[in-house]
Amino acid sequence: MLSIKNLHMNFGSLEVLKGIDLNIEKGKVVVVIGPSGSGKTTLLRCLNVLETPSKGQLSINNQDIDFSKKITRKDISAIRGQTGMVFQTYNLFPHLTALENVMEGPVTVQKQDKKKARPKAVELLTKVGLGDKLDYYPFQLSGGQQQRVGIARALAMNPEVILFDEPTSSLDPELVGEVLQVMKQLAQEGMTMIVVTHEMNFARDVADEVLFMDGGHILERGHPEDVFSHPENERTKQFLNLLSE
Amino acid sequence: MFPANDLILSAATGFERYVDIAQSSFWPLLKGALLYTIPLTLIAFSIGLMLAVITALFRLSGIKVLGGIARVYISIIRGTPLLVQLFIIFFGLGSVGIKIDPFPAAIIGFSLNTGAYASEIIRAAILSIPKGQWEAAYSINMSYGQTLKRVILPQATRVSIPPLSNSFISLVKDTSLASTILVAEMFRKSQEIVANTYEPLLLYTEAAFIYWVLCFILSLFQDQIENRLNRYVKT
Repeated sequence: MLSIKNLHMNFGSLEVLKGIDLNIEKGKVVVVIGPSGSGKTTLLRCLNVLETPSKGQLSINNQDIDFSKKITRKDISAIRGQTGMVFQTYNLFPHLTALENVMEGPVTVQKQDKKKARPKAVELLTKVGLGDKLDYYPFQLSGGQQQRVGIARALAMNPEVILFDEPTSSLDPELVGEVLQVMKQLAQEGMTMIVVTHEMNFARDVADEVLFMDGGHILERGHPEDVFSHPENERTKQFLNLLSE
Repeated sequence: MFPANDLILSAATGFERYVDIAQSSFWPLLKGALLYTIPLTLIAFSIGLMLAVITALFRLSGIKVLGGIARVYISIIRGTPLLVQLFIIFFGLGSVGIKIDPFPAAIIGFSLNTGAYASEIIRAAILSIPKGQWEAAYSINMSYGQTLKRVILPQATRVSIPPLSNSFISLVKDTSLASTILVAEMFRKSQEIVANTYEPLLLYTEAAFIYWVLCFILSLFQDQIENRLNRYVKT
């Protein structure tokens, strides 16, 4: 469903991704872990072209893009149409209410009628437990609530895969659970998800596969139980040891 | 026109005469404000704002030619006196056969002036919106134009209201310069009446008072707009 071939990414002379190959099947949950600067967030941002890779191929749900060639806005839009993104800092639109945030994509991008988009948006917000906060502005919501609106906003575009970029890293500890709960529910419903996170328990419980990245490479991948309990790569062992200290 | 003869022939002296002149000149001055000062301000500011948004977007486009055009425009307008600009547009162009009536000439001058100054305000306001807002919009597949219109400019508007209000209030007062290119706005009216009554202190103070009232009303509007736009911000 999603395939990445030999993906490279540079920031100036600094090579951040050094040839990533990855295939993800529909409905799988993949958790990406790794130290800061390992390229995991960059990889995620390349998947909806918020960063433009320097070369390599990406295919999501039969939409192909080859970064070695000149890419057009149409290519980017086709890829973005397949992906949803949930940001570390939520990035809700502060001038719109929760409901308007969720309706914005369907109405502005997909040109849906407001009357048609509204019930769907209400349904999504209810699903993430915010059915009673429809008309709240982001500043009136807690971090956990804002992040759940962020998830609803991504879901509203019916993406094939949702990319989570450290979705709980900005949250107070007591608010992390409510966001992970929503993500867990999505996973159970069969949503394809790629999650960059430091929540090892979430990875253990929910992930079908864990990737360990360092220095722009995927160094180890496998079932969470195997990666966490019997890491093979020396760097993975070091990283996991540091986390458990 | 102003009934100049009545005033001069008025027999009253001292304080009575003052009151008399103040009363009979008030309506002509107000007419100057309603017919010229206010329309000139509103029209020039509207056109100026459109120019400003376009100029700001040119500068932010990253396209060298467009950025260059914007820089040259801003540099010329900010680097030369408004009075000189008005003279070039009205007398200068008029002398080489491009005759523009006083009012449209003033509109052109004030619009260009507002456009240059306000473009820097709008550019700064756009740059003040966090990068994450662009990314969030792109992530739901919005185009550049949609992002600008639906996400960035609404937020930039809120940021730019206080400095734009400054420009707007300055413009109200700057329209008095249009008197020099024969626009019959309020200040020119007061000059005409002074020529007939020889009461500069009274008439110019009266004009100043009306300018102040106009600006005061505008600042009330500014408060209202700010309150409205602040509804989505923690206070």
